[in-house]
Amino acid sequence: MELDFQKVIDISDTPVARRAQVDAVLERARWASQAFQRYDRDMTLAIAEAVADTAYEKAAEYGEWAVRETGFGVAEHKTIKNQLTSRTLFEHYRDHDFVNPRIDRARKLVEIPRPAGVIFALAPSTNPIATVNFKVLAALLTRNAIVLSPHPAARECCTDAAHTLARAAEAAGAPSGAIQVVTDPSIPLIEAFMRSEKTNVILATGGNAMVRAAYSSSNPAIGVGPGNAPAFVDATADLRSAARHLIESKSFDNSVLCTNESMVITLAQVDADLRKALQQAGAHLCSEEETAALRGYLFHSRGFNVEAIGRDARWIAEQAGFRIKPKASVLVTPVTKIGVAEPLSKEKLCPVMGYYVARSVTQAITQARALLRMSGAGHTAVIHSRDAATAMDYAAAVESCRVVVNAPASQGASGFATHLPPTFTVGTGFFGRSAIGDNIGPKHLIQWTRLAYNKDEAEEMGDYSALGPRFSGPIPPAPADGVPGSAAAPNVTRLPRAATPVTAEERAMREDIRRIIVEELRAVLRK
Amino acid sequence: MSEAKQEFLERSKEFWNPDKTQFWQDVGVDLVIDRREEYFLYDLDGRRLIDMHLNGGTYNLGHRNAELIEVLNAGAKHFDMGNHHFPALARTALAEALAACTPPNLKYTMYGAGGAEAIDIALKSARNATGKRKIVSIIKAYHGHTGLAVKTGDERFSARFLSEDTIGEFIQVPHNDLEQMEDALRERDVAAVIMETIPATYGFPMPREGYLPAVKALCEKYGALYIADEVQTGLMRTGTMWAITRYGVEPDMIVTGKGITGGLYPISCCVASEEAGQWLKQDGFAHISTAGGAELGCVVAMKVLEILQRPTILSTVNYIADYLRAGLNEIQALYPDFFIGIRQNGLVMGLEFNDPEGAKPVMRQLYEHGVWAIFSTLDPRVLQFKPGVLASQALCEELLGYVEVAIGLAQAEVFGARQRRAG
Ligand SMILES: Cc1ncc(COP(=O)(O)O)c(C=O)c1O
Repeated sequence: MELDFQKVIDISDTPVARRAQVDAVLERARWASQAFQRYDRDMTLAIAEAVADTAYEKAAEYGEWAVRETGFGVAEHKTIKNQLTSRTLFEHYRDHDFVNPRIDRARKLVEIPRPAGVIFALAPSTNPIATVNFKVLAALLTRNAIVLSPHPAARECCTDAAHTLARAAEAAGAPSGAIQVVTDPSIPLIEAFMRSEKTNVILATGGNAMVRAAYSSSNPAIGVGPGNAPAFVDATADLRSAARHLIESKSFDNSVLCTNESMVITLAQVDADLRKALQQAGAHLCSEEETAALRGYLFHSRGFNVEAIGRDARWIAEQAGFRIKPKASVLVTPVTKIGVAEPLSKEKLCPVMGYYVARSVTQAITQARALLRMSGAGHTAVIHSRDAATAMDYAAAVESCRVVVNAPASQGASGFATHLPPTFTVGTGFFGRSAIGDNIGPKHLIQWTRLAYNKDEAEEMGDYSALGPRFSGPIPPAPADGVPGSAAAPNVTRLPRAATPVTAEERAMREDIRRIIVEELRAVLRK
Repeated sequence: MSEAKQEFLERSKEFWNPDKTQFWQDVGVDLVIDRREEYFLYDLDGRRLIDMHLNGGTYNLGHRNAELIEVLNAGAKHFDMGNHHFPALARTALAEALAACTPPNLKYTMYGAGGAEAIDIALKSARNATGKRKIVSIIKAYHGHTGLAVKTGDERFSARFLSEDTIGEFIQVPHNDLEQMEDALRERDVAAVIMETIPATYGFPMPREGYLPAVKALCEKYGALYIADEVQTGLMRTGTMWAITRYGVEPDMIVTGKGITGGLYPISCCVASEEAGQWLKQDGFAHISTAGGAELGCVVAMKVLEILQRPTILSTVNYIADYLRAGLNEIQALYPDFFIGIRQNGLVMGLEFNDPEGAKPVMRQLYEHGVWAIFSTLDPRVLQFKPGVLASQALCEELLGYVEVAIGLAQAEVFGARQRRAG
């Protein structure tokens, strides 16, 4: 009986209820973002640092939790990623100023940073906590409010992490609601968030469908699609070091980073030596049969076998029906084709790496382009070479916004092993049907209002050196009159200057005058 | 004014309420509310107004709140008012929900159709429970217009109908005055003290710190029950579900109405302790109300309570309260001689002006600028300023812009008159 009654009045699964839920969260975020814009740089940095410290302390705990919940990756590696996206990231940006105006006297320009406002951010199941850390810090550094939407498979660890970071932020003085999380993400709910006019920008990291949905939402979106990085090892490369980087990167967190190498492309003259080096570095070189078995296991007619995502090499080999040495951490599968006819030339979010031998540099470059045509355009490419001319030819040809040189791709493309900006959101640019090709960072979450003076030399620029927005800090809590312990009323009740009683005569005259003034005002207002 | 509106107003005078219709024309508020949505009213002539009156919190969640309409429609596929004599799913479910979100000593819910009816039920219950007749209320209190409720209030509303108290059963004492309160209770012949937690129609004078708990202590000392009229102050408007708990008082009864059904299907509730509601065990047919606790109203009310207990609400209410206060402080600094006080607990706010009727020109100017906020009937120096709990940042910012301009113009109006008189 009672249950039936609840069902009759249950409207939770209606568009109206979803819209209300979305509005409540985004409107609170809007309040937070408006309050946040009153903060100066010191306050902002103090909050970001406190959150970075908390995320750092929790790196191992959440690293383990993420692996436990999702089954993807390696806890120690996730810990490293969580550390990189907390303290390391903060240290990188500590000296950047996203708060104060910049003055360009030569060009007579003043630029005032303007935060986006409310960021709706998706966190994928493969890099849940690192993405949460990264997006939260990027938002805080730029005084934005952020609403996180975890992938359902990583919901619990992300929700907990988001709450932990939110508490740390608020304890350090951040506006309430600056960090929120969608605790019950579902496709219709996420779509409602993305479509809402209360969302200022979407930071989409995840599957292709989700990223495309973000772009189609009618809101500005910064999305990153899949990777499928070709790694060209040419004849000039230091093979041992190249092999080490390849294996280190490919085995890192069982290859769930989309910046991982997908396919080694090398040349016949170094083929044998590279195979040997790879083996020494920890690769299991698959036989033709083993490669065929892996191909069959990893790819069905519906696409990639998600069961294999983030699993280790041994487990995958066993599933495919063969055994490998305990030390081997990457399965290398030689292929003779790159393209639709070879499934192994698609993205593989597990430690399985293709291996292709080209006859010439030209052919290698052609094959690298072919690989990125399959998927991963704009994302990441790698070259191991000591020849700048080859690196230039390669980089100018492949459709990738970054080409990592002589470094592991997973740490290189994301800026931790190179001087690219550190990120967990890699812009794929026009190649990848995205607006931004940079490594996404705080700078993409603000825009600048520019005061631009007349070029005419007679027009002198004003002195802005001591000027800036009014950083009035947190909004003081309103008093609750009569409630014990309520904030002291900053009430400016002043003694009335002319609080004399009004006579009837005075009142009548006042009425007349009021009427005249109202008439005048009406006339003015209706013009 | 359009011809259509003019014509309508004539009919309104003819068939509805000639004096009230004329009153609004006289004070310069020619409003006839047509369409309404969120916190906006649309006049018959198309003008949009931000609603800062909300009918005393009725539209706390906005006009025609979409979720409330949705649940009302869902309920209407199954329910109607119900039969008030029988155990009913929706009445009981709401009573349970109310017991869960009121202080732990409160248990039963007794239903009315409007606020005043629930007040009458509370007063009758107190008389039954204590075996005493006297009721103490606050001078300029406002609890509605039914038989008993009207006697607790200002004679302005009872004398015309020859309905004022004539036998000394209804005693009124000044707000914030504990001595007179104790004097009224000393004889131990008082059934109940009834208090609006913050007297609305009197312009939200704020209870002094410790006043309400002291009144409750006096009630206990002299064997009277404490009835908290939370019709305007309840439902998260002060950042807690009921304002009275924020002042540290566990009342014997809480009365709620208005916003409990979001203005869509009116009911009212008196939530009572076991002791206060003891007649429910003696003779459950002793009080009867056909529309009291109409089941469709209960369905809406349950949604209202659910919405008000969502985790985002408190933070939003605080933002609205803090932001508006910061803005009002700035405006006050501009017009310190005219805008002399801000009374506030959360979203319950009264703006005080330095003129015996000071809130009226402010109301009129606000109306001219697209904001509807009403003066306090029983203290027209004070403008009632009542934002909803879901008000957006954009709305509040827009609102403050109008308030600044309107107060400036109202000050010019009032002080201009004074100056001309002097000169
Ligand atoms: C505090 C208070 N109590 C009771 C009432 C009476 O409610 P109703 O008008 O629904 O009878 C009102 C109405 O304004 C009120 O403000």
